[in-house]
Amino acid sequence: MIKFEHISKKFGSLEVLKDVTQQVSQNEIVSLIGPSGSGKSTLLRCMNLLEIPTSGRILFKGEDITARGVNINVHRQKMGMVFQHFNVFPNMTVEQNITMAPVILNKMTKEQAHKKALELLERVGLKDKADVKPAKLSGGQKQRLAIVRAMAMEPEVMLFDEPTSALDPEMVGEVLEVIKNLAKSGMTMMIVTHEMGFAKEISDRVFFMNNGIIAESGTPEKIFEAPDNDRLKDFLSKVL
Amino acid sequence: MTFEIMLDNILRVARDYSGLFIQGIGYTLLLAFIAVTCGTILGTLVALLKMSSKKILSVLGTAYIELFRNTPLLLQLYIFMFLLPEIGINLSPFAAVSVGLVLNTTAYISEIIRSGIQSVDHGQTEAARSLGLNHVQTLRMVVLPQAMRNILPALANEFVTDIKETSLASTFFVGDLMTTYRTINGATFLTLEPLFVVGIIYFALSFTLSKLVAFLERRLRAE
Repeated sequence: MIKFEHISKKFGSLEVLKDVTQQVSQNEIVSLIGPSGSGKSTLLRCMNLLEIPTSGRILFKGEDITARGVNINVHRQKMGMVFQHFNVFPNMTVEQNITMAPVILNKMTKEQAHKKALELLERVGLKDKADVKPAKLSGGQKQRLAIVRAMAMEPEVMLFDEPTSALDPEMVGEVLEVIKNLAKSGMTMMIVTHEMGFAKEISDRVFFMNNGIIAESGTPEKIFEAPDNDRLKDFLSKVL
Repeated sequence: MTFEIMLDNILRVARDYSGLFIQGIGYTLLLAFIAVTCGTILGTLVALLKMSSKKILSVLGTAYIELFRNTPLLLQLYIFMFLLPEIGINLSPFAAVSVGLVLNTTAYISEIIRSGIQSVDHGQTEAARSLGLNHVQTLRMVVLPQAMRNILPALANEFVTDIKETSLASTFFVGDLMTTYRTINGATFLTLEPLFVVGIIYFALSFTLSKLVAFLERRLRAE
């Protein structure tokens, strides 16, 4: 589904990603873990080109989206993204947050988008909030809204960038629950997370990132129970 | 004694020339209104130029803003007054002055709009782009509506500033409040008295409008 080859990213003289190559298959759930500054978020943000790699290429369903002349907007419609700080649109109601993109991009009529929005809100327990502004929502509710906003575009991949890091502890569970349900539906996902228990439970594969490279990758059992990499052992001993 | 004569003259001027004063208020407000509305449209374009990722466009936008902000408005008005006929555009003094005011105000408003846009959290842009919206759709649906909260009060303040700035236009006798003063001065040879009346009118306009803006600003903030 997504293949990235020899991805490097420099911010000035700082090399955040160093020649990273990996792939994520259809229906696969991959978690990216590792210490802060290891390049997890940057790698994730390269997938939909919110961050343009300094070199390397990204193949989405076989097409090189880093090539010249590619209309990235078309591909982004197929790649939903959820951010650490939710980034819900405060100038719209909860329902408009969901319907805006599908309608303006001519993916759905207003009527279809309205139906879709209510169906999605129902699924995440926010149906009664359809007409309020996001300012009235809690952090957990905002993040659930952000997830269904991305779902409304009917993406083929979902990218999660530390979806629970900005939440109060008692709200983490409700957001993880929504992501788990999404996982059950067979969605392909890449998740940058600090929730090790969650990563272990949900992932098919885990990438451990350190210093701009994927230092170790494998099944959750392998990564969490029999790690090879010394830096990974050290990391796990601190976070588990 | 002289004070009483002066007060008497002020009241007389205000009464005898009330029609002229009202006309002056009308022209002053009209000039400020033209400057701010046209300046908002053009200012948005200049702001987008300046924020463009294309170097040449951004330099162009910056050059425009710096040119108009670092030369006196009166000089700009003179130049438009004499330049426009030179290049075959024959406008009435009022129209020529309007062009000058609009282009000058555009420079100030473009900076208001740019800072308004940049005050919107970049995460909003990222979220919109991640959904597949292009640059223009993102601005229109997400960024500009949020920027308006900061832009509107600043635009209203620009209108108040322009009410005072338009007094420079009287150099070309375009019918604004200061022109009213010059007309009355010519007819009556009174200097201070009509000046006081005009001053009181400017103060009343400016003071009430800026208080109104401050009130609206508080309302917007509270929302």
